[in-house]
Amino acid sequence: MSALLDFYAKHSRLIDQIGVNAILALSLSVSLQAGQLALAQAAFMGIAAYVSAILALNAHWPLPATILTAAIVSSVVAALLAYPVRGLRGVFLAIATIGFGEIVRVIANNLAITGGAEGLSGIPNDATTPVIYGSLAIVAAALFVLSRTKFALAVALVREDEHAARGVGVDVGAIRTYSLALGGAIAGLAGALYAHASFFITPADFGFAEMEKILVWCVVGGVTSPAGAVLGATTLSILPEAIRFLADYREIFNGIILLGVILFAPGGLASLWRRRAVRP
Amino acid sequence: MIAQQLLNGLFLGAVYSLFAVGYTLVFGVLDILNLAHAAIFTAAAFTAFSLSMAGVPLPLALIAAAIVAGIMGILLDRVAFAPLRARNAGTLVPLISSIGVAIVIGAVLRGIYGIDERHFTTGGLDTAPAIHAGPLTFTIVELTIFLSAIALMLVLSWVLRSTSLGRRIRAVGQDRIAAALLGINLEATVAATFFIASALGGAAGVLTALRYDSITLDMGGPIELKGLAVIILGGMGSVTGAVIGGFILGAVETLAVVFGLSAWRDAILFGVMFVLLVARPTGLFGKRALRAA
Repeated sequence: MSALLDFYAKHSRLIDQIGVNAILALSLSVSLQAGQLALAQAAFMGIAAYVSAILALNAHWPLPATILTAAIVSSVVAALLAYPVRGLRGVFLAIATIGFGEIVRVIANNLAITGGAEGLSGIPNDATTPVIYGSLAIVAAALFVLSRTKFALAVALVREDEHAARGVGVDVGAIRTYSLALGGAIAGLAGALYAHASFFITPADFGFAEMEKILVWCVVGGVTSPAGAVLGATTLSILPEAIRFLADYREIFNGIILLGVILFAPGGLASLWRRRAVRP
Repeated sequence: MIAQQLLNGLFLGAVYSLFAVGYTLVFGVLDILNLAHAAIFTAAAFTAFSLSMAGVPLPLALIAAAIVAGIMGILLDRVAFAPLRARNAGTLVPLISSIGVAIVIGAVLRGIYGIDERHFTTGGLDTAPAIHAGPLTFTIVELTIFLSAIALMLVLSWVLRSTSLGRRIRAVGQDRIAAALLGINLEATVAATFFIASALGGAAGVLTALRYDSITLDMGGPIELKGLAVIILGGMGSVTGAVIGGFILGAVETLAVVFGLSAWRDAILFGVMFVLLVARPTGLFGKRALRAA
């Protein structure tokens, strides 16, 4: 037991990060499952991080209230973003949402209330490990329940064949909007937790580099399943620490692992223990 | 003042165009977004730096670095895209594998050069005389960069329009399967496309480094996303559009400074890009139907 406590004391920051990263990966997997390559997760995360930090710093709201408000704000923003981009697919949706992310970052860089490029500091550090993993469990449970509903069927149908989905009466636009808003809410939750688990936040935390990371977690883990997203986020968050001994070659190794998974395990890590017959 | 800024915008825009042309060429031919383009841009700048330190004159270093970048482009295709092409992997997966290559290139550069900013110490960049033409002022370096970028784009335009290779590249871009049925060597044409696109991106990297006399590991970051905006402005896959888009970006950036909006410059740029994507996804000059899933 004390060995376990020692381990936790040594790695608590990493453990918290893994939890937040897993929630972020889940949030992106929700929109990827609806076949939408929408890359605004880092922006949703940033919006929520700022909302919850500002509410905590300026209005002294308690943690649950700031988290809830932040998640609601980011899901509303996501739903509003869904409307103009409803006609875009594939790479074009990706680029439009990347552009949205850049706009959010520039705004955070220039407003007084967000602290400009220096960001905000002194955010209460009250997102503890149980809070983070409790949130992760709630998100995972909610997504599991959702996966048993007709909504999940409709999402899968929209991903596989939009025309067929329309043919059987699925409102494709609504499904796309809901899945983006749900992803936005989950990313918002992660962003609020991130703010309350860090001492400070800056606009650079929520830029394209962060978005790339979230996308890589999902794809390495396996795009079509939430379990894959969590697996990818966990593995790739631990990896840099595990290969610390490689020192300068660490980053190269990171890139090679990513390429290796893409090239040799097309379904992501999650597909490795499924039957080989599934592979073409 | 405004005339001077527009001239600066023209100089800046030429390099943006050169970068974006390679970005959009790969998209036009293969329908993939190559996120390693900016890494090759940076790698070429460092290559030119090393060559110039070894005593190679700058013009030769530029050409050699562009060729190195072109070869990196071919390798990039073999490693990250060709295996995926063989199994029809869609658009998401190649995007990720290009991120993987970009990480590797960035890490190798950091291993070799460290994180310090580098400068060209040879070639007399800092002592280059300024030219005064009426109210306008510019340096011979800026003019050379501008003319080099224009010359490279003219060569590309000639290759695409008037050579057998150009016809093959356009044919593959239009319909890969039909092109293969007509006896075009698909893989060789794709390799040539990557060589051209990456060599131009590499040349843009060297010219950017020369313009600011600064070479850093993260010099590719801003242009990677701005390049996206440029190829959207011009219409994805449209080379002419990318050239015009690059000049528009150069003008917008310098004019934003004139009007005191420099802090909001990128938000304006991406805002315009967003509106354009939503309202007219084929870009200002593109003709292709792009909404297909």
